[in-house]
Amino acid sequence: MTRHYSALSLFKEGLAGQKGWQQAWRSPQPKPRYDILIIGGGGHGLATAYYLAKVHNIRNVAVIEKGWLGGGNTGRNTTVVRSNYFFPESTALYEMALKLYEGLGRDLNYNIMLSQRGIITLAHSEAEMEMAARTVNAMQINGTDAELFGIEDVRRVLPLLDMSPDARYPVFGGVWQGRAGTARHDAVAWGYARAADRLGVDIIQSCEVEEFLIEGGRCRGVKTSRGEIRAERVGMVIAGHSSHLAAKAGFRLPITSYALQACVSEPIKPALDTVVLSPATGTYASQSDKGELVVGGGLDRVPSYGQRGNLPMLETVISGLLEMFPSFRQLRLMRQWAGIVDVTPDSSPILGESPLPGLFLNCGWGTGGFKAIPAGGTLLANLLATGKHHDVSRPFDLDRFARGRLIDEAAGSGIAH
Amino acid sequence: MQLFPCPFCGPRSETEFHFGGDAGNHRPEGFRDVTDGEWTAYLHERNNLRGAANEIWMHMTCGEVFRMERDTVHHGIARSFALTEGDGDDRLAH
Repeated sequence: MTRHYSALSLFKEGLAGQKGWQQAWRSPQPKPRYDILIIGGGGHGLATAYYLAKVHNIRNVAVIEKGWLGGGNTGRNTTVVRSNYFFPESTALYEMALKLYEGLGRDLNYNIMLSQRGIITLAHSEAEMEMAARTVNAMQINGTDAELFGIEDVRRVLPLLDMSPDARYPVFGGVWQGRAGTARHDAVAWGYARAADRLGVDIIQSCEVEEFLIEGGRCRGVKTSRGEIRAERVGMVIAGHSSHLAAKAGFRLPITSYALQACVSEPIKPALDTVVLSPATGTYASQSDKGELVVGGGLDRVPSYGQRGNLPMLETVISGLLEMFPSFRQLRLMRQWAGIVDVTPDSSPILGESPLPGLFLNCGWGTGGFKAIPAGGTLLANLLATGKHHDVSRPFDLDRFARGRLIDEAAGSGIAH
Repeated sequence: MQLFPCPFCGPRSETEFHFGGDAGNHRPEGFRDVTDGEWTAYLHERNNLRGAANEIWMHMTCGEVFRMERDTVHHGIARSFALTEGDGDDRLAH
């Protein structure tokens, strides 16, 4: 039975008619008790389970998921990974994630198709160019890679961009981060699931949380559609629906849920070999390995739990893209979809213990959860294993809203919140 | 494109409206008596309900603020009315 992915195992299975491959992960029955229980089988939840088992050697762990693995935001994002943030706290967090992404394929023995093709954040005026210089300085001081691009540099990486004198969005330059890029989003979830399963983690799908078991003012586990599951500590990693489950646990969160849309064009030959983001038009795009243009933008303006999105924002995003890249006008749009993201007042995530002791939070990533998966997993695993903060996660505790020490990344994160 | 009913102007495009938060989220009264917790709840914590929600919206075109009962999953609107109408806001807090 073949479990390890390598050129040799591929060759051997080829000779054997591909019949010896094992299931990537088991589908066990939930046990009544675990050391640690993770609610939510997306990227962050599966990464948390993996690092609990690998780094902290806690293997009596379960991940429960109401739907299927990576069926929420992990499978709905636009696959961009980057760490071009403004504040030191944010850069530390996202840079931790990007560094882990760089070694993740080898770590998990799973091809996550990381492609560090670089991201260019365009500046469309002299004033934006000054802000771009400020951002580049901040990023360099914070220890990540950043470069200030002039017009010629932009022309070199974006040959199809409309830079004519009468362009509707004139370009003055931009912020370049060369180590940014894309990764295959499903593979990240599947890779973590497979690696966590191998270390003994139970991954239980189609298992919905109905209520929390609260005894002595402490979270002792959850009641699910597949029975009661008890645990010493519980992690809640359910982007988009955090407020909904928090209400069941008896507290409110500083979160509003919005739909965030994305779409893909029909596949074309290679035409865009970097990630391009324009804050002024509210549009970003990259080309997938399959050839589709993957296009995203800002949040819908109406708070929503409906995972489909609406037309006004899509129109803004597409018109911005077509003004910048007139040659894309002939493309047909193949698919459009939306995921529900939980947006905090300062556009930074929440990592820390909830008001209910024993229940820990990883939520509020807003529009940027995918790029942070390895860091979110590492930091929540650390919290669940030790009950204490990592230096990187401390600034993101829920208590920052009471202390007033917000990390206001609404602009630094690049896209409108 | 969804139409939202402004109680003053009638049905208008959703792009004309601005979301104003939970209905009944009143500023805590009393300067020194307000605890950190109350102030945090007022400033930051949100009901963010899945399903039937009770919200404040502004129709930016006419500048009026009003209350709308809306479902956040299927986006159906139960009703909208001026803040001076209805059953008073206080019962709606949280």
